[in-house]
Amino acid sequence: MSKETEIKRRVYLDHAAATPMDLRVKEAMDSYMTDEYGNAGGLYREGRRAKDGIDHARKSLARILSCRPDEVVFTSGGTEGDVLAIIGTARANKDRGSHIVTTTIEHQAVLESCEALEKEGFEVTYVDVEPNGVVDPKKIESALRDDTILVSVMYANNEIGTIQPIRNIAKILKDRKIIFHTDACQASEYLDLDVQKLGVDLLVLNGSKVYGPKGVGAVFVRNGTRVRPILFGGAQEGKRRAGTENVPGIVGLGRALEIADEMKVREGARLSELRDYLISRITKEIKRTILNGDAKERLPNNVNISILDIEGEATLLYLDNYGIACSTGSACTSESLDPSHVILALGKPYEHAHASIRFTLGRGTKKEDLDYLMEYLPGVVTTLRKISPITVEEDAKGMSHPEAFAGENMRVKANSKNYK
Amino acid sequence: MSDKKDLKGADIDVINQYTGEKWYYTDTVKEHFFKPRNLLLDAPDESNFDANGMVGSPACGDMMNMWMKVDPKTEKIKDLKWKTFGCGSAIAATSMYSVMLTEEGGMTIESALKVKPQHIMMRLGGLPNRKIHCSVLADKAFQKTVNDYFRKTDQHDRIITDGARVVDERLNITDKDIEEAVLEGAQTLEEVQKKLKVGVGMSEESVTDIEQLIRFYAEKYYG
Repeated sequence: MSKETEIKRRVYLDHAAATPMDLRVKEAMDSYMTDEYGNAGGLYREGRRAKDGIDHARKSLARILSCRPDEVVFTSGGTEGDVLAIIGTARANKDRGSHIVTTTIEHQAVLESCEALEKEGFEVTYVDVEPNGVVDPKKIESALRDDTILVSVMYANNEIGTIQPIRNIAKILKDRKIIFHTDACQASEYLDLDVQKLGVDLLVLNGSKVYGPKGVGAVFVRNGTRVRPILFGGAQEGKRRAGTENVPGIVGLGRALEIADEMKVREGARLSELRDYLISRITKEIKRTILNGDAKERLPNNVNISILDIEGEATLLYLDNYGIACSTGSACTSESLDPSHVILALGKPYEHAHASIRFTLGRGTKKEDLDYLMEYLPGVVTTLRKISPITVEEDAKGMSHPEAFAGENMRVKANSKNYK
Repeated sequence: MSDKKDLKGADIDVINQYTGEKWYYTDTVKEHFFKPRNLLLDAPDESNFDANGMVGSPACGDMMNMWMKVDPKTEKIKDLKWKTFGCGSAIAATSMYSVMLTEEGGMTIESALKVKPQHIMMRLGGLPNRKIHCSVLADKAFQKTVNDYFRKTDQHDRIITDGARVVDERLNITDKDIEEAVLEGAQTLEEVQKKLKVGVGMSEESVTDIEQLIRFYAEKYYG
């Protein structure tokens, strides 16, 4: 479309994927990339200066998490943190049992780690969430066995933003000596990270979701929790994570979390209002739209809506052409070509996932940006609905046209929740 | 088959959020995505078309519905309209495919059946590797539409049956046809015959076979 060159405005609404780095974070990191280049393991001045930077960040995290500094392990990001927390913990505690409990809406880093453990002989129970995308603690409780060693439930979901009842689950696990892990990558910008109040033993953070650098993260490992390393080499991070420390990254993560901690309450309130404004406009102004995930128990910045009958990637590309960035749970944009496992886990047919669009707001988002989005979104939907051959029922549980898939071994199955 | 030379220097339009993998959409792809040709924008008026076929992509769940008008004497494709529940590449590929089949007075059914996804890709200047299956959808929908045409015009011997097991030799009915009829709601032999537009003429052996398949698929999907 020739308009592409005319439109210069960019409205970035994919903050759950990546956030722009806060300039204060960049400033804090700068000298550690050029001047303070020492290896934090060195005993000479350059090494000591680098180590000071790490120590400062570690203390900041300890304060925000209400834990001891030596309970913080820096990693290369959320994925490594989750893999260490799941695989490292399971392997180190195999003598106590071989059963793990998690949910069907976890991040792939958790789900794939669990699948890898199943190949090592562990058993995993994947607990279904309720239709609103929140897990019922009672269902976690009834999944527990005598040989359960680890429970992993994310703090807030990355796709639909639903906040999970971590404190309630922790209460159930407390007396059973079961290790409790939570992936807090999406939650860390907005929710309380006090691990004592949360009652978790392992908590994973990621720099790139909190206006910090990419490629750095941290895991809180409660003192006494056995975790076996997944990377082998040097004795860094209390022998829990080998490899030369990413000093600028760690310094940046520390600064980013300090800023997020200061802004949390105010920014959460501001964005909740904008989130509700956008949800209300989309669901009122565009027919046949469904909010995915609970309206209240969700992150202040997350709007995830299925716009029925149209495919998400097409919507995304049209919006990109108007300068708007968002994401979709459609199979067409995923590496594996599978539709969003999170939206399927809500009990909806794959067409709802295929039609889902996620807008995640951020520190730079203003009401005008959402109004700008709403100038174009209804038109894009009208265009794509005109070319769509299907009309999906709003309360559908199965796919609309199974006959179109005849002879294909029905990878996308009819009348069943099993879509593979 | 895709012309790699055309891809160099092309705009980078979409960068995958998880992997950073670049998706190259050529200007031709964009042109057809933003202005798709031969779309059927209203409800189909069956009297304007001779045949219709709807397919789904097992890879990603995209769906394609296609309508065709044929000159019965020359068998040239006079009109090829479509609708899709599909992504950018599916839209662009089907738009290009519909142009290729109807331009310059229209291809004959026979030559149209020889148009492969690679040919669509060439005309589009290439598609990202993992989006190739999107162009296969147009080709599949067309094959199904052509089979519908052959069935309606009583040319059962011309029905394309590749990949499927033929259960009635004369009418070229395959297990895939039975599966589809069952998924559309047919539960008895009569209902399946009605869906397949064949009233009589099934041999006794094939009737037994077909009834067995009906029971099998009914059990599989509704059991």
